[in-house]
Amino acid sequence: MDIYLLEAIINGLLLGGVLALLSLGLNLIFGVIDVVWIVYAEIVMSAMYAVYWLHSYYAWPLFLAFPAAILIAALIGVLVHVVVIEPILGSAPINQLLATGGLLFFLQSLATLLFGTEFRNLGVRLPVLEFDGLYISFSRLIAFVVALIGAVILYLFLAKTYLGTSIRAISQDREIMGLMGVNERRTYVITSAIGGGLAGLAACLLVLQYDVHPFIGLTFGPITFMICVLGGLGNMIGGFFAAFIISQIIGIGGYYFSSEAAEVLAFVFFIVMILIRPQGILGKK
Amino acid sequence: MSALLTLDGISAGYGSFAALFDVSLQVEAGEAVGVIGSNGAGKTTLMRVISGLLKPSSGSFALDGKRLDQLPAYRIVEAGIAHVPENRRLFGRLTVEENLRMGAFLPASRKHFSERLAWVFELFPRLEERRFQMAGTLSGGEQQMCAIGRALMSKPKLLLMDEPSAGLAPLVVEQVFELVKRIRAEGFTVLIVEQNVGQVLDVVDRAYLLETGRIKLAGPAASLKNNDFIRSSYLGL
Amino acid sequence: MSARRLIPYLPVAAVVALPFFLSNYYQHLAVQIAIWSLIYTSWALMGRFRLTSLGHGAFLGVGAYVPTLLWNNYGVSPWLGIPVAMALAVALGLIIGYPCSRQKVIGHYFALVTLALGQVVLLVIVAAREVTGGSLGMTPHPVGYSWYALQIPDRAQFYALALAAWFLGLAVWRWVDRSMIRFALESIAEDEDAAESAGVDVLREKLKITALSTGLTALGGALYAQYLMYLSPDAMSGVGISLQIVFAAIAGGMYSMLGPTVGAVFTIGLNEGLRVLFGTHFIGASNTIYGAMLVAFIIFMPRGIVGLFEKLWPRARPPASPPVVPDTQPAE
Repeated sequence: MDIYLLEAIINGLLLGGVLALLSLGLNLIFGVIDVVWIVYAEIVMSAMYAVYWLHSYYAWPLFLAFPAAILIAALIGVLVHVVVIEPILGSAPINQLLATGGLLFFLQSLATLLFGTEFRNLGVRLPVLEFDGLYISFSRLIAFVVALIGAVILYLFLAKTYLGTSIRAISQDREIMGLMGVNERRTYVITSAIGGGLAGLAACLLVLQYDVHPFIGLTFGPITFMICVLGGLGNMIGGFFAAFIISQIIGIGGYYFSSEAAEVLAFVFFIVMILIRPQGILGKK
Repeated sequence: MSALLTLDGISAGYGSFAALFDVSLQVEAGEAVGVIGSNGAGKTTLMRVISGLLKPSSGSFALDGKRLDQLPAYRIVEAGIAHVPENRRLFGRLTVEENLRMGAFLPASRKHFSERLAWVFELFPRLEERRFQMAGTLSGGEQQMCAIGRALMSKPKLLLMDEPSAGLAPLVVEQVFELVKRIRAEGFTVLIVEQNVGQVLDVVDRAYLLETGRIKLAGPAASLKNNDFIRSSYLGL
Repeated sequence: MSARRLIPYLPVAAVVALPFFLSNYYQHLAVQIAIWSLIYTSWALMGRFRLTSLGHGAFLGVGAYVPTLLWNNYGVSPWLGIPVAMALAVALGLIIGYPCSRQKVIGHYFALVTLALGQVVLLVIVAAREVTGGSLGMTPHPVGYSWYALQIPDRAQFYALALAAWFLGLAVWRWVDRSMIRFALESIAEDEDAAESAGVDVLREKLKITALSTGLTALGGALYAQYLMYLSPDAMSGVGISLQIVFAAIAGGMYSMLGPTVGAVFTIGLNEGLRVLFGTHFIGASNTIYGAMLVAFIIFMPRGIVGLFEKLWPRARPPASPPVVPDTQPAE
């Protein structure tokens, strides 16, 4: 096989890891609270700025900046739920969608206000590894591994803990959770924190590879929504696999055409898939 | 002797639709009490008020002297009331054991999870056989057992059962009522709401008749069974 | 129609005629308000029936780029190019709308599919950078003042043109309001299956309104490009602009004819006001406040400014489009 194709496949795989992490967070929130956080990628953007700021201006070492950013992102998640979503939990879903859309705009503008529109780079150079003529960037590899670990930890949390099981249960029968002694509101808040935290984790992985600017959310936000819907909105396993399908399309498409054409291809694939099977790959009708 | 559960003038409804009017009743510790009535009489509404899923529009109720009517559902579970909902309402995509685990969500129950799980499995051996099966794939009778078991995991002071016979085959219904007798024998206080008047009067000590949201009759199960009105309207005799 | 019935419209006519007598700056604002009112109104043609598209930037982009590409590369006058663009936008809308309708893609899924569509158009524009100039944008080949090329530097005249387009949008709205399409779509919005079993041809009605909405949006996009004499993918397609359309229509009130126009006045006015207030000092401050206000609108005024007015001052005569759906959109 052409070495460049192999590289493209592997890079696609590695990219898929982070996209999978993002889709897990979005699906978690949708599955539990029944709201799509259109602002999700902007939470990632905010956490990326947090890492950048703490590291570049306050000289925090990365191993401190990263957890701090994750906590900040979790806090943002809680705020999103408590300030914006809770007041409109009862209204039409489209209102909730639009409210988070408004937040998207708000966060983008706030970032512009605070940090300006220039591209900021963390300035961390990680090596490029070479395997027999194959070039893989180390930061990508790390991102993939950490993303997978994050996914596994999330899985264990959801499967093995009381809180995690209650999070799974609440998406199946909201109303009787109180009968189990579960504080519904607290569960939502915790879920929002976890969703935010996952965005923060993804941010740490992305900031190693990409420059941050206020509109970076637009480069992977729509793709993340697309992945979630493709896998079946709310279905974490579906989203997980859809992430790799899409990332492979982008990776291999980038090899044969251009990376932009590949993205177009991914979106068109999505549109076609949804029109054939509207509930997504693993979604329920 | 003060009762375990007392309801005082409870009225409740959904929006402009009133379902319960000035309902008062009592349940003593160790008793099994039934609330009978036909469809739409307000029985499920009554259960939901007691378990906290619905706030009463007026009146109050207390468990062991502690007022519960303004508390959210999860606080009422903490206080010691467990509700087996109408139509079971299991978490279909969780396993039997996970459903039971949810029943033991309260910190006080978690500590005793293993022992209580063992005890529930002893009461319902079929559940143990199917412990890793998705609850949604169980038969009607098994689901009912699972729902009851789930409620028992919190070792409640008061067990509420909402139409346990609903949607079940006659043979299974008999099994369910045998179970109720067993639970009673273990010392639990039970409040059952039922459409199946004949069967439930065989299992409870006392019963109340609820008609269009009001208590119409009350008394020991035996005398209600012989009551002419009940015999003609509800037992078809 | 007696002269009496025209009286309520006199203040509106006065406001509409005012810019002709004002300075260049206000005329500039007026042109934008008129064009964006058209765009928001055409979005609301779908939005009011719970066909919430988050991808109308796609049709805006088609409307902006197609006539300009035809003009720049083949010398085709926008008078021909714009109808072509509108036809293409309608075709695009129908191609997506048809399967969406047949497969019952609604609600969240519909919104996200349209979002993907908006992104696709943006990505295509950027990817085809040899032809479109990509992110750097492009300009229609300038020929000075020419009605043939639809390049009209005189703001007052362009305002007249924009007004005509705005009127067209309102006329279409009114036509829809008074037709069977409206009742069909309202019943579909409330309960699609019930409407179907009552004999409503759900597919046809949805496609009809989609065609109207996408075509008019493309017209708006074309006019905007011709006015600015500059096109860029971010300003004319993609998520950002699509969301902006939705917000303005909702902020103004998407269930009434002039609601989206009010939304345009409000958002453009607010943006200008904030921009004047903050100048170049705090770039992004005005938008941050704007963003926060949008969120507040959704939470506190889901029926928009017009909805608020209708609540406070119920009209003496029955409104042209009495809201059938309750205060917020009903849960799905």
